[in-house]
Amino acid sequence: MIGLGALVRRNTKLYFKDKGMFFTSLITPLILLVLYTTFLSNVYEQNFRSSLEAAGAMVSEKLIGGCVGAQLVSSLLAVSCVTVAFCSNLLTVQDKITGARRDLSIAPVKPGTLALGYYLSTLLTTLLISFAATLACLGYLAYAGWYMTVKDVAALLLDTVLLVLFGTGLSSCVNFFLSTNGQASAVGTVVSAGYGFICGAYMPISQFSGGLQKVISFLPGTYGTSLLRNNALRGVFKEMGAQGFPSEVVEAIRDSIDCNLYFYGNKVETGVSYLVLTVAIVLLIGIYVAMNMSCAKKRHNHNGKVFSKIKTVKKSGL
Amino acid sequence: MKNIIEIEHLSKCFGQVRAVQDLSFRVKQGELFAFLGINGAGKSTAINIMCGQIAKDSGTVRIDGVDLDCDPDSIKRNLGVVFQSSVLDKDLSVQDNLQSRAALYGICGKEFKKRLSELSELLEFKDLLKRTLGKLSGGQRRRIDIARALLHKPKILILDEPTTGLDPQTRSTLWRVIGDLQKIEGMTVFLTTHYMEEAADADYVVILDSGKIVAEDTPLNLKNTYTGDFITVYGANETHIKQLNAPYETIRDAYRISVPNTAAATELILKYPNVFQDYEITKGKMDDVFLAVTGKKLTGGTGK
Repeated sequence: MIGLGALVRRNTKLYFKDKGMFFTSLITPLILLVLYTTFLSNVYEQNFRSSLEAAGAMVSEKLIGGCVGAQLVSSLLAVSCVTVAFCSNLLTVQDKITGARRDLSIAPVKPGTLALGYYLSTLLTTLLISFAATLACLGYLAYAGWYMTVKDVAALLLDTVLLVLFGTGLSSCVNFFLSTNGQASAVGTVVSAGYGFICGAYMPISQFSGGLQKVISFLPGTYGTSLLRNNALRGVFKEMGAQGFPSEVVEAIRDSIDCNLYFYGNKVETGVSYLVLTVAIVLLIGIYVAMNMSCAKKRHNHNGKVFSKIKTVKKSGL
Repeated sequence: MKNIIEIEHLSKCFGQVRAVQDLSFRVKQGELFAFLGINGAGKSTAINIMCGQIAKDSGTVRIDGVDLDCDPDSIKRNLGVVFQSSVLDKDLSVQDNLQSRAALYGICGKEFKKRLSELSELLEFKDLLKRTLGKLSGGQRRRIDIARALLHKPKILILDEPTTGLDPQTRSTLWRVIGDLQKIEGMTVFLTTHYMEEAADADYVVILDSGKIVAEDTPLNLKNTYTGDFITVYGANETHIKQLNAPYETIRDAYRISVPNTAAATELILKYPNVFQDYEITKGKMDDVFLAVTGKKLTGGTGK
């Protein structure tokens, strides 16, 4: 593990020195927050109010604000934890372009260490930005309608950490194959545009077709979004119960905004969601390190094969 | 002197392109070894194989007695590489760059500070330590590249076209430093260059063409084998020069006569002493050797 600390320090310093990379990552969640509050909060609020009024329920403005705010905040965090990781993880591609990767690999450093260096520095920078985004989101919730307990906030932070770990692992595996700025920017665009839909952040999964719902239920990001939703909205649902909302109505709301996830018709419990996300993280990190090691091993084995072949030929006197 | 680099039957193909073909050569410890060839001749491929950056198809590479296939990490500790273009981090300061690279060799804390002080003195960059690398001039950046390559006190310094694009003064400074390193630390220098005058100072030269060795020897022997000598005669008149029956060219204030070798030059001078009152005998240049061997001219990085 020689040099792991130095690699993480170097990568992190480079990330913060590259103003473009740093500010793009930082403003992504902030832009999302502004866009959500400007364009979506009114639509969500009106939809929510009209459905409840149709059901004959009277709800306070604060509760509607808190409910819609929590829904928006959980969507935003679900998307930004992953997209920010993709922005922060561009150094792996940049190093290939500038040749710095050659300089690093010319030193006696294990490929796994090099890979872990990139992973840990991306994790660190993504965590910093995602925590900043979470703070901004909590500030927005305090303004829109606060119903969270300390335990809920802690759980929300834990979800953020897990999603950052997941996003960093995913971006590391994807960026491993990239070697040009064009490829990196194409992947960034695709992830920014598409991830919000496939993780159920932009639109509730319940509104998708049955087939698509099944496909999405296989994606670990969906479970991360659901966890964030549950933890952000727990206080709101509790308050609804306290205000006399029938439990069927609360359950229907939970279903409609993916607080309840279903895998082939079976309700997925919170603990299982955490398990799915954790297993996905471990798998992604394992795959990333294995890809780096197998790449180096392939090179070494190739050399080794040639070596033993020559030795055999020499022995047989040919 | 023992061989510090031993390459045997090294080959490498990229698809249909045979980048390196059955390359065999040896480099002695402490010598300045030059690898010559136009772009695409296979120089960088051979270096990349030696550094473990790309896999070879066949052959063996032994560095300081260690086989590349058996212990690549140990070989990496013995090699310092200066790449064609700077590959350090342009956004970081000189010190941060060197510190992050030194740590990869386990050099940290006081040990790093000591080494940094030695190198900054040797390469004269003490005043640049806090400056951002990207803001340095080409020559200053090259000095930092060399410092990075020397951080772990390698036995072999590989210079891949180190002076391309540098002004003559910086080139001469770099060569002075490299010369000092050779003398003081007994370091072996493995050089690829497009500048023939740099190759002329080497102890041993290998000329590559299309991935194959087409000539190798000391610069003197190469000149003797592949080019003739020249006698430059001053203050003579052309009628006398014509009497010599040897090819010549008129230069600004003299005549330059081509002879096959030094013995022929001596013979000519003894035969016509009255013509050779003021003269000098020079060997052919490395450019002439390269042209004779490959049929190509090596000028500033492009083969013609």
